[in-house]
Amino acid sequence: MPLTIGVPRETFAGEKRVATVPDVVEKLKKLGFSVAVESGAGDAANFADDTYRAAGADVVASAAELFARSDIVFKVRAPSLAEVGLLKAGTTLISFIWPAQNPELMQALAARQVTVLAIDALPRQLSRAQKMDALTSMAGISGYRAVIEAANAFGRYFAGQITAAGKIPPAKVFIAGAGVAGLAAIGTAANLGAIVRANDTRAEVADQVKSLGGEFVKVDYEEEGSGGGGYAKVMSEGFQQAQREMYASQARDADIIITTALIPGKPAPKLITAEMVQSMKPGSVIVDMAGEQGGNCELTVPGEAVVRHGVTIIGYTDLTSRLAKQSSTLYATNLLRLTEELCKAQKEKGDGTIDVNMEDDAIRGLTVIKDGAITWPAPPPKLPAAPPPKPAAAAAPPAPKGHGHGAGAPMAGSTMAVVFGGGGALFWLIGAFAPAAFLSHFTVFVLACFVGYMVVWNVTPSLHTPLMSVTNAISSIIAIGALIQVAPPLTSDVAGRPATLILGMAVLALALTAINMFGGFAVTRRMLAMFRK
Amino acid sequence: MSSSLATVAYIAAIILFILSLGGLSNPETARRGNVYGMIGMAIAVLATIFGPRVTMAGIPWIVGAMVIGGSVGLFAAKKVQMTQMPELVALMHSLVGLAACLVGFASYVDTSIVLTGAEKSIHELEIYVGIYIGAVTFSGSIIAFGKLSGKIGGKPVLLPGRHAINGIAALAVFYFGYAFLQAHSPADGLTALTVMTVLGLLFGIHMVMAIGGADMPVVVSMLNSYSGWAAAATGFMLSNDLLIVVGALVGSSGAILSYIMCRAMNRNFISVIAGGFGTGGGTAAKKKDGEPQGEVTAISALETAELLKEAKNVVIVPGYGMAVAQAQHAVFEITQFLREKGVNVRFGIHPVAGRMPGHMNVLLAEAKVPYDIVMEMDEINADFPETDVSMVIGANDIVNPAAQEDPTSPIAGMPVLEVWKAKTSIMMKRSMASGYAGVDNPLFYKDNNRMLFGDAKKTLDEVLTALRA
Repeated sequence: MPLTIGVPRETFAGEKRVATVPDVVEKLKKLGFSVAVESGAGDAANFADDTYRAAGADVVASAAELFARSDIVFKVRAPSLAEVGLLKAGTTLISFIWPAQNPELMQALAARQVTVLAIDALPRQLSRAQKMDALTSMAGISGYRAVIEAANAFGRYFAGQITAAGKIPPAKVFIAGAGVAGLAAIGTAANLGAIVRANDTRAEVADQVKSLGGEFVKVDYEEEGSGGGGYAKVMSEGFQQAQREMYASQARDADIIITTALIPGKPAPKLITAEMVQSMKPGSVIVDMAGEQGGNCELTVPGEAVVRHGVTIIGYTDLTSRLAKQSSTLYATNLLRLTEELCKAQKEKGDGTIDVNMEDDAIRGLTVIKDGAITWPAPPPKLPAAPPPKPAAAAAPPAPKGHGHGAGAPMAGSTMAVVFGGGGALFWLIGAFAPAAFLSHFTVFVLACFVGYMVVWNVTPSLHTPLMSVTNAISSIIAIGALIQVAPPLTSDVAGRPATLILGMAVLALALTAINMFGGFAVTRRMLAMFRK
Repeated sequence: MSSSLATVAYIAAIILFILSLGGLSNPETARRGNVYGMIGMAIAVLATIFGPRVTMAGIPWIVGAMVIGGSVGLFAAKKVQMTQMPELVALMHSLVGLAACLVGFASYVDTSIVLTGAEKSIHELEIYVGIYIGAVTFSGSIIAFGKLSGKIGGKPVLLPGRHAINGIAALAVFYFGYAFLQAHSPADGLTALTVMTVLGLLFGIHMVMAIGGADMPVVVSMLNSYSGWAAAATGFMLSNDLLIVVGALVGSSGAILSYIMCRAMNRNFISVIAGGFGTGGGTAAKKKDGEPQGEVTAISALETAELLKEAKNVVIVPGYGMAVAQAQHAVFEITQFLREKGVNVRFGIHPVAGRMPGHMNVLLAEAKVPYDIVMEMDEINADFPETDVSMVIGANDIVNPAAQEDPTSPIAGMPVLEVWKAKTSIMMKRSMASGYAGVDNPLFYKDNNRMLFGDAKKTLDEVLTALRA
C-alpha cells in the first residue's frame, strides 16, 4: 500500500517557504508515493496549485483534510500545537523541530504516537548526510540574502570604480563568523566587488575564507598571552580583550558588518557593542543574522531593521523566506534525499513504503520520536568510514622516493657487508682465473654499468617510454657484431670455415637489428615530438 | 680507416650514447638526446663498416640488409598507434634477442678465431651466455608482445610445479654449459648449444606466461634490460668494447626501470618474475573478510559534466582503460574546455599505469596535453584533499584504498593515488569487475564516489557534449 506524503501550508507568520516543490513531487511519485498538497501551500514561494497538480500531486482544500489523509507529513517550520493536534497516530513527520529549544512540543508530539524526524538533528559529520543537510542549504541562502539586504540598505556601490564623475571607493565588508552562512556571505560580497574581511574563532577556516576571495582577520592574542603572564584566565581575558579591540577597529573601518556567530543552545554572543555602532560611519549597515537568538549586536531588534546612530541594523529572522522559491527548492531536495534514504529497505523499487531504520546512523540521528517514544538525543554516531587502526604495514610510509640515486635510506650495515663480501669474492675469482684481455673488457663493462645507473636515475618518469624505446634503438648496436662477421679480413687460410652459413646468419641479424635501429629512433622521435608544454 | 681511428670513433659514439640517455632527463632536452643517439649509432656503424674488420666484399650485403631492415623499421614506426607502443617495444626487444643468438652461433662456428686455454674457455662461455640471454629475450619478448596485443590472454598461466621446472631447466643449462666447454669439435659443441638454446627459449616463454597483465610494465622493462645484457655478452664474445659499454648502459637502464616499477607496486622483483600475481593466495585473502559491502552510486554523463563545471580543482587519473578505449583525445578536449573556463585540471600518473613505464604520459602527450600539468603520484597525492573532483578513467588497482587500509589485501602496501580524498571521485569503468590484480576495490562503495559506467571514449564524448551544451 503506497503511503501518502502530505505537505501543508506553513502557518507561522511571515513564513513563505513550502516543504516540497513540483519538480520534487514528480520524483517522490517515482519512489511510489502519492503526494497531497494543501491548497495555497506554495503561493508565497511562487508555486501555484496548478503546477503541483501538473506534477501529479492532489491539491487538498484544508489542513485538517490533508493531515487526515497523510501518512508522512513534510513541513518546514516546527508544527504549532494546533497542527500537532491534527496529526493522526502513526504518522511520520519530517520537519525542523529544534528539540532542545522546544520541550513542550516534543511532549505534545510524543503524546500523539507519531514518529518525528527532525531535519535539524541530522548528524552532519556523516559525509553521507550532506545531501540531506537542510541547515547547510538554508544557511547558505541566509548568507547570500544578508549581503543583498545590506546592499539594499547601503547607499553606495560595492565595487570600486573610477568614472568621469569621480572615484568611487569599494565598500568594506566585515563578516563575523565563517560558518556556512558566513562563507556564503563572503562569496557574495566579494562577487559584488567589495573588500571582504572575515573572522572566526576557528583558525582553520582561514583557507576557506581566502578561497572565496575574503581576507582572514586574526585575533592578535598570542602577543597578549606572552605579555600578560602565564595565567590561563588572564590569557582568556586577554583574548577577549584582543577580540573586542579587533572588532572595534573593524567597526571603525568597515561600511558593512554581517554577523553570523551562534553558539548551539545558547543566546548569541554580543560581539558588536553600542559604542562600536557609534564609531561606525553614518550610512553603514549591520546585518545581524543571529537575530533569532538575540543578536550579535547589542542594538539589534530581532525581526526588524532599525537605524541607530545613523547605522542601519537589520535583524531579520526570515532571511530564507525572503528567497522563498530558492530555499523551498533546496529544502524540498534535502527532504527528497532523506526520503530516498528511508526507502532503501523497499522490497521492490518504488513501492512507496518507508522504513525508519534505527540501525542507520543518519536516520537514527534524525529520529527524535519513534512511535511516540522520545529517542532524542541520539547517541553519537559510530562513524562508518572510521578507518580501522592502521596496520603497521600500511602505516609505514613508503620508502622516500625521488629521482635520487637508489633507495632513499642508506643500506643497513649487514646488507652492505653481504653485498661487499659477495662482490669481493666475485672479483677475486675473476682476478684469479680470467686472462688479461678479459679483464680490460670487464673493467669497461663494470664502469659502463655504473655510468648507466647514474644517468638513468635522472630520467623523469614521464619519459620512461621514450627512454625504453631509445635504449631499445641503442641496443641495436649489436649490429656491430653482425657487421664484423659479414666479411672479416681473413689472415690465414682457414679451412672448413662455413663462410656462407656465417654470412647468412650475419646478414639476417643485421637486417633484424636494422629494423630495430631505424624503427626505434624514428618512433622515439615521433613520441618526443608530441611532448609539449 | 685504421684500427686506432675506428676505436676513437667508438669512443665518440659511446659519449654520444651517454649524452643521449642523459638528455632524456627532461622533455626539453629529450629530442636532442634522441638526435645524439642517432648520430652515435651512425658513427658506430660507419666506423665499423669502413674499419679494419670489414672488407669491401661485404658492403653490398650490408647495404642490402640495412636498407631492407631500415625500411621495415621506419614503416612500423610511422604506422604504430601510440596505444600500441608497448607491443612495438616488446617486439623490437625480441629482434635484438634473436640477433644476439644469430651472432653467437655465427661466432661459434667461425673457425677463423683460434684461441687456446683459458681464453678459449672464456670465449666459449661468453658465447654460451650470450646465446642464452638472447634466446630468453627473444621468446620472452614474443610472448610479452602476444600478451600486450591481446593475442594471448593476460591472465598468468601457471604450470604446476613451475619453480621446480625452472630449477631443473637451470640445472640442465649448467650441465650443457659444462658439456659445451668440454666439447672438442664445433660439431660436438653445437649439440649442447642447440639444446641450451631450446631451453632458453622455453624458459623465456614460461617466465612471461606466468606473469599477469598488471605486471607487464615490469616485464617490458626487464626485457629491455635483457636485450642490453645480450648486447654486452656479444661484446665480450667479440672483444668489442663499444658493444660492452652500450649493452651495459641499456642493461642497467632497463634494470633500473624494472626496479622503479616494482617499487611502485611495492613488490619484490623476484616475486614478479616468479609470477602469479592476483591468483592463488590473493583470491583466498580477498574472500576471507575484506569483501567491501555497501552501496554503489552511479552517475550519468550529464551529472558528471555538472560536477566538472562547478569544480575548481580537477585531477584526472588515467589507466589502461583509457588506452584501450583510445579515449585520450576526448580527455584532452574536456581538459581544454575546463581549463578555458578557469578550472585547474591536472593529471595524476601512477608509475605502473598502463602496460609499460610511462605509457600514460606518451598517450597524453599524443593528445597534446601539456606535460607540465601531468603530475607524478608523489607530486599530486598531497593535493587530493583540496581537489573537488577526481576522475578515474579506466584505472582500478592504482587507486585502490585497500592497499592502505586492508593489510590482508594482496596489494597491501602498494603506493596508490588517493583519489578518494577528493570531495567527489568519479570512477569510469565498463563494469564492476575487479582490476588485473583481481582485488575488489572498496573505492566503489565510498560515499563520495560515483560510478560512471560505459566505454571510456563514448562516455567522455557524452560528457564533453554535455559540457558544451
